[in-house]
Amino acid sequence: MITSLLFNVLQVLVVLVFAPLIVGINAWLRERLQSKRGPSVFQPYFDIWKLFHKDEIVSEHSTWIFRAAPYVVFVTPLFVALLIPVLTSYPLFFAFMGDMLGGGFILALGGFFVTLAAIDTANPYGPMGASRTRMVGFLAEPVFMIVFFTVSVVAGSTIPYIVQQRWVHPIGSFFDPAHVLLLIAFFMLIIAETGRLPVDNPSGHFELAMIDESKALEYSGTGAALMKWGGAMKLFVLLSIFLNVLVAPWGLASTHRLGAVLGAVPLVLAKMIVCILALVGVESSFAKLRLFRITEFLQAAFVVSVAALLIRLMES
Amino acid sequence: MPGLHPTLSLGNELNLLAAGFFLLATFGLVATRQVLDCVSVFAWQSLMLAVSAGLVASETGLTHLYAVAAITVMTKSLLIPWLLARTSSSAVVARREISQTLTVPTSLLIALGLATLAYFLAAPLEAAAPGAHVGVNLPIGLATLLIGAFTVTVRREALPQVLGILSMENGAFFAGVAIAPDLPLFAELAAAFDVLVIALVMGLLTRKLHERTGSTTVADLTELREE
Repeated sequence: MITSLLFNVLQVLVVLVFAPLIVGINAWLRERLQSKRGPSVFQPYFDIWKLFHKDEIVSEHSTWIFRAAPYVVFVTPLFVALLIPVLTSYPLFFAFMGDMLGGGFILALGGFFVTLAAIDTANPYGPMGASRTRMVGFLAEPVFMIVFFTVSVVAGSTIPYIVQQRWVHPIGSFFDPAHVLLLIAFFMLIIAETGRLPVDNPSGHFELAMIDESKALEYSGTGAALMKWGGAMKLFVLLSIFLNVLVAPWGLASTHRLGAVLGAVPLVLAKMIVCILALVGVESSFAKLRLFRITEFLQAAFVVSVAALLIRLMES
Repeated sequence: MPGLHPTLSLGNELNLLAAGFFLLATFGLVATRQVLDCVSVFAWQSLMLAVSAGLVASETGLTHLYAVAAITVMTKSLLIPWLLARTSSSAVVARREISQTLTVPTSLLIALGLATLAYFLAAPLEAAAPGAHVGVNLPIGLATLLIGAFTVTVRREALPQVLGILSMENGAFFAGVAIAPDLPLFAELAAAFDVLVIALVMGLLTRKLHERTGSTTVADLTELREE
């Protein structure tokens, strides 16, 4: 009971500490792949540290929403980290508080506040980015739903700890087409939701073309640091759901010993690095899609997820 | 119910996977914008057909199905893509986008509807044709047949239309290997050769069309011209 609670808190700490590292590794790998030297993998930590020591400027026309949004963005991934398996393959203290849908709602709450905050300052670029994010969001929503439907049809549950066992018992069901197609669809969703390259260019500095970045343009100091950190944790949490729940629970601790749980940290990070290699490959080989082509990208994800559901129905 | 299909064999599992990618390739033929990409998607679709035929062969012990799989790989996923890429003029290939009567998202949604329809149409038919893979191959073959016909209607250019027809043929075979695995090899050989000739003729025709009229848009070809 107590250890279960402790491990749950440990899980949150791991998300908190290692999320910027994953973002740093992503940036470094991308630059290396494009034959550039690349920043240090610890650069996001330095950035966040620097931003915490800077003055914060808040527009006098903004309301409490603008001030509250960074904290919401920072806290929501931590709540999701309580619900999902980050380090262990057995349910922890808060595992049955909410399912994958619940996690999705909590993450959406963060996105909702960022959108409001972007409109709040009346900066011309903020609302533009916010409305574009909403467009990507409502196109991604049906794919999320179909993915969850398929998961619940296959596993009979949407509690992440139950779902993850389904793909490896027996091992043959790992190659279940419903599973493989689900993974493709969810990978495309991660690209869209975290603003990666075919959908959005995270390293672009041109405000008119921005989708995700322009919403945080008005933040400085502590607010900017929290937004950055929160964004990194959102990526970490989404990758955890993808790798630990939907792919397979390999590398996770299966015993209740502290050593095993701590030993799972490097294994999980290694899994994430493999996944990030795939992300970087996609990011380096595609050009940014025109805004109205994003519909096609997410439509393709939708078709893949419905195909997964159809094939699942055919085989039973 | 977690254990809905606890006893699927490895062959069944792999056939399902092949069927999944076969269906994806069918959707790809509707949605791909570039001509050469379309051709390679078709090559993948044919490869998946060959895999499924090979799996049915190993399951039923019918050796001639291996020959069918080999013929499919040779003609449909190697020879025909090569021929089409070869015969179509560089101007068709270099142009970035195929024009369509409907937008890509709309046509994908319709294709999805057709696939669902095929699933419901195939359900009562499965009882009539018992077999190991009928439950999967019949609905997906039927879906590919319908979506292939839809591709022919929605694409405006000759080469993607040819690929639509060829994918209809693929769909019929995909259902066929499961429903009637003991179809004589001669029929398969004849069909494979037929398809090859179709591809060659259509490829040359598109090339000629493009030389004469400067486009391969089928909708423009409404009048006969005397010379």
